[in-house]
This record gives sequence, C-alpha cells and structure tokens, in this order.
Amino acid sequence: MRRRSIFRNKLLPYALLAPQLAITIVFFFWPAGQAIYGSLLIEDPFGLRTTFVWFENFQTVFADRLYLDAVRVTIVFSGLVTFFAMAPALLLAYMADASIRGARGYRTLIVWPYAIAPAVAAVLFLFIFHPSIGQVGQGLRELGLRWDYRLNGNQALFLTIFVSAWKQVSYNFLFFLAGLQSIPKTIVEAAAIDGAPAGRRFWLIVFPLLSPTTFFLLIVNIIYAFFDTFGVIHALTQGGPGRATTTLMYKVYRDGVINLDLGGSSAQSVILMLAVIVLTVVQFRYIERRVHY
Amino acid sequence: MHHDHPNARRPKGPSVLAICLLSPLLLFTVAQAQVEVEFWHAFTGVNAELLEGYVADFNESQDEYQVNPSFRGSYPETMVAAISAFRAGNAPHIVQMFEVGTATMMAAGEAILPVHQLFEQTGVAFDPEIYLPAVRSYYSLPDGRMMSMPFNSSTAVMWINEDAFRDAGLDPEVQLETWDDVRAAATAIVEADAATCGFSMAWPTWTQYEQFSAIHDVPFATRANGFEGLDAELMINSDLHVRHLQTLIDMQADGAFTYGGRDAAGDALFPSGECAILQGSSGLLARVLREAEFDWSVQMLPHYDDVEGAPLNSVIGGASFWVMQAPGRTDEEYTAVANFFNYLARPEVIRDWHLQSGNLPIVFGVFDELQAEGYYDENPGRDIPYEQLTRATPTENSRGFRLGNLPEIRNIIQEEIERAFQGEQGAQQALDTAVERGNAVLRAFERANR
Repeated sequence: MRRRSIFRNKLLPYALLAPQLAITIVFFFWPAGQAIYGSLLIEDPFGLRTTFVWFENFQTVFADRLYLDAVRVTIVFSGLVTFFAMAPALLLAYMADASIRGARGYRTLIVWPYAIAPAVAAVLFLFIFHPSIGQVGQGLRELGLRWDYRLNGNQALFLTIFVSAWKQVSYNFLFFLAGLQSIPKTIVEAAAIDGAPAGRRFWLIVFPLLSPTTFFLLIVNIIYAFFDTFGVIHALTQGGPGRATTTLMYKVYRDGVINLDLGGSSAQSVILMLAVIVLTVVQFRYIERRVHY
Repeated sequence: MHHDHPNARRPKGPSVLAICLLSPLLLFTVAQAQVEVEFWHAFTGVNAELLEGYVADFNESQDEYQVNPSFRGSYPETMVAAISAFRAGNAPHIVQMFEVGTATMMAAGEAILPVHQLFEQTGVAFDPEIYLPAVRSYYSLPDGRMMSMPFNSSTAVMWINEDAFRDAGLDPEVQLETWDDVRAAATAIVEADAATCGFSMAWPTWTQYEQFSAIHDVPFATRANGFEGLDAELMINSDLHVRHLQTLIDMQADGAFTYGGRDAAGDALFPSGECAILQGSSGLLARVLREAEFDWSVQMLPHYDDVEGAPLNSVIGGASFWVMQAPGRTDEEYTAVANFFNYLARPEVIRDWHLQSGNLPIVFGVFDELQAEGYYDENPGRDIPYEQLTRATPTENSRGFRLGNLPEIRNIIQEEIERAFQGEQGAQQALDTAVERGNAVLRAFERANR
C-alpha cells in the first residue's frame, strides 16, 4: 500500500528541495568546480601569479614515479582495510545474531569504536603500539621481535591498516546484523533439519542471502579506506617511514598543504574524484538494485 | 538571551535571524573606538600563555590599540589558514610563521608588508640592530633590510643524561667535541646497558643537515643557501654529508643509534630516559624540566674535527611574525602593528620570554645582563644555546636558509634517510635521491613564483 502526496502549490516542492540543493551546490559542486579549475593552473600559494597550463599538472602527476608508488600503496592499503573491516564484523554479527544471553549488551558495546574520531583512535593505538612507550610495543620487543613501525615500512603499513579497520568494524557489524536478521529463520532451520552442518548452512544459505549487504559494504569500505583514513595515517606515521604509508589521499595533503603545490594537488584530487565517481556508478548500476535495506 | 528581547513575543524566524546577524555589529560599534589588530599564532601550552600574556600587557599599557591573539593550529595549519584568508580578502594583520616558511612569505609580494617598510611607512621608530646577527640575518634580505619580526628562536643542542653516563662509567662533564666522541659514548652506554638507546635526534633534517652544514661551514644549497636567488640547488650529497649519514647507519648497526621518527617525534626519547644522548631543540627545556627524573645537562653540537673551519655557529629555528596586507587596511592599523612589535622587542619582554620558555634571548644586552646577575652560574647549561649561536661570525653557509617549500624538502630528506636506515639504499644513493627530489620542489617553487 503506497500513499502518494500531491502538491497543489507548484513552487512548494522546489522550496522543499532548495535547502538540499543549496547544500549540494555550495559544499559539493562549487568546491569540485574549483578543484577542476585549479588543476589546470600553476600558481603561487597566495594566488598572485597564475599561469593557465591546460593538462600539464596531470602529465606531471602521471609521470611521477612516486605517484605510482602511492597508487600501489593505496590498493594494498584499501584492499586489506576493507577485508579486515568486514570479515571480523561478519563473524561478530553472526555470533551476536544467535540467541545468547546479553546479546543486546554486546551489540551496544561493539558499536562504540565507531564513535571515536580517526585521529583519536590513532593516538590510542600509538600509546599501545609505540616501541618505547606502548605496552604492546614494549612487550613485542621483549619477546625478541624487532618491532619499530617508525623504521619498518611493513609494520607501519600493518599498524595503519589495523587501526583503520578496527574503527570500521562497528559500522559493518550494524549492517551485517540487520542483514542477518532479515534472513528468514525458517530457511536456515529447514536446512538444519535436513542435516546440514553449521558451516554449510552459513556458506550455502546465509552468506549468499547476505550478498547485497556485503556488496554495499564493500563499496562503502573501499571509499572509507580511500578517503577517511587520513586522520589515522597523519597521527601514526605521517605517510612514512620512507613512503610506506603514503596513500593517494595523504599525498594530496602533502602536496597541497605542506608543499603548497596547489595545481598538482588539485589534479590529484580530480583524479581521486573520478575514481569515486566510477565506484559509485558501479555501485548503482550493478549492486544497488539488489540491496534490500 | 533572545527571550529578553521585546521581539521574543512573536519568535518568527526572520526577526531572530536579524538579531543574530546584528549582534556582532553591535559589539563592533562598542569597540570601534580602538584600532583592532588580528594576530594569528601557532602556540600551545606554556608558550601560548606567555605570548597571550604579553599581548594582554600591551593592550593594557595603552588604550588606542587592541590586539586580538588567536590560535590557528600547528605552523603549517596556520600558514595555510593565513594563505586562504588572504585569498578571501581578510588576512590577519599579523601571522606567526615558522622559519622554514620564510622563503614562501618573502616571495608573497603584495600579500605581505615587509617589516622595514612597515616602520618606514608608519614613522614609528625602530632599530633592527638590537637583534643578534644570527637572528636578524635569517629574516632579512641579503642587503640587511628586515622582512619579518623575530620572536621565538631556539637552536639545536645535545641533551645529555648524566645518570646514564655515570652508569656506563663515563664522565658527563667531558664535552663530546667530535662525532667520534659521541659514537664512543653512545656505544659504551648501550654496551653497559645504561640506556636502551645511546644516541638519537629530533627534527632529523634540521639537526643532521641544516645545523650540521652550518657548523661545518659547508653549503646546504647553492646560491648562499638560497639567499641569492630562487635558482638554488641542494648540495647535501657532498662527501661530508654522505660520510655523516654513513656514520649514523654504522652507529645504528652497532645499536648505538636509534632512529626516533620525523620532526618532533624524537623529543620524547630524552625526557623519558630512553636515549642517553639526544640532539634536539634547545626549546625542549620546559619539557625536560617537567618530565626528566634524572640528572641532565646540555652540550654544544659535535663536529668532525678533520673538517677545516668547523665548528662555526649553529643556526636558529623557531618562528617570526609577518605583517599581512588586505584590502581596506588603514594606516592606523599598520601603526598599531608597529607599536605592538616595538613592545614585543623590549628587553624586559625578551628577558621574561627567555627565562620562562627557554627560547633564546634574541636582543643584545639581555644575555649580558643575566650573566652579570649570575643567572647562568645558578642554571648551568642555559647559556649553551646562546654561546653556540654567537661563537662565530655567520658565513654564507651558517646564516640560515632561504629555500622555497623547505617544509617539503625536510620531509623528502626524512623519507630518504629513513629508507637508508631501513637498509633499502646506501648513504650516497639516499642523498642523491633527496637532492634530485628536493631540486624538483625548488624548481616548481621557482616556476610558480617567477
């Protein structure tokens, strides 16, 4: 049963849409337009001397060996963050979905990390994993491991992935839990009566039925790993050691804010923007229609 | 508060909105009698309290001008905030800028008003000769005209954990003159297990490349470290620089040196007692006083004794105050800024600042006065930064650095030496790559500012 609203006043719908449109234009289209325009310029930071150079900034970016390094780091980083943010969330949701005592309490507790700002989370883990002042860091060294993420690129990458993924588990947990609860219990129970063991019931029934949620989260998590992990990287490693944790997003910051190369930084933003547009199109064309909220 | 207003009886959107929009204007009319000056700074903690205290003292000392200090985040954040404000036409009157942003500000043309011009234009009397040469030259054109107002200046020194020295059977009173001395002491400390880390440093580029080059009288970059033109190129892959990086790599292999991370990250290693010898800023003093639970002292930076001319003076770090221009700015406002700057340059302000924050006494007279009073005898080591900074006449190589986008160059050097410490590349290759990448940054700056 659907209710349809009919507006008598022709202007009212536009008036109701106006705030949203205004916000979209002011906070998205306008800055995006500025970024595109800025990517075609070479200028000093104060904007006193501006040269229009067409696509030279893009050529410079793509010819830069370090940019390709950052692409590689970003792919590894985003892939692993997405996996480690989703797999534990699914496990936790699957267990919290079972009828256990205090399930409501667990569910509430698991959501907490999502409320922590990325930079704060990073500082928390800094105090845990720092080789000299962190408890786990010191413990690892006492066990004879050469734990020092300030100099070991792989350890630094692991740590930033770990913290970024940890923060996102809660969000994924909520969606997985909702997804699991929408799967009719009868189907799973029927399979159980037919003698299917728990593992098979999960992989052959629950997991496929959950796939719309999984696909949706996949896109959201990849976008998270691309764009919202800046705070974690900035607080933990500043993109180092060497360039081991310099993702595309971090490079935009470095080139724009520290290096004050506005044209090059804008060009990188535009490239990132295109990447997101592609991801979003994929989401809407192939995935969105299969998702049941 | 809107409920007290007569309009509150009919709280329609527009009238409430109007009050909200008008209230700043009402405040503005009240305060209009005074000339207001917006002053953006990047200080936190003790330094912020002290600075805002001087501003309050200045505001109270007269009633024509009102300076409004406001914290704008870290140095790079403050810089970006000031740049965006300028582009939007409402730059602050004064902005605090770290020393490595000097070249960027100097190239900023009409965005800034050089300090020498500020005093000429407003007719306020000011004598730049009151500042120590090593401080003044950093913020002046080669012909001596001062571009910005020096304030917080520190230099790099070597912090010594005396307890760890004694535990290792070393005499902490003996000055570690050379890098061989440092290496021997750090090795002995680690071997005796007197500390987990023998030697480390904070601000790796500043201490190991900028200060190192100045002290050894070798160029960091061509064109007198960039003072003579935007076409400077880095020179940090010289034999001496490579030799020094190799020393650090060898010390790391022996366990005598532990890399402490980028920028200020290494600071924590000394007061915690982890590292027995740390090269870092003299500005670490307040933190060491508060946190260190052991006997400590301060020594001058070491040098390689076979390098002719070494050791020269070290260079300063820290920040200065820049005057910014904006449309519609009046002569009165600039006069206010000039008077405020004159106030900050007073010996009593600099003296208090030196005593309370540990920054250098940057005007002539303050150091001598304190020495005569016996202050440095009672507080040994507080005179070391000053002595090291003034022990030689600055040469082309020890005057300072005038390189575009130096913050990025510092990052590049840190990245490349990190990769050398990880064993991914040798010393020569690390510094060759740093020079190549740094020069690309310099050329981009040159092009954007031509």
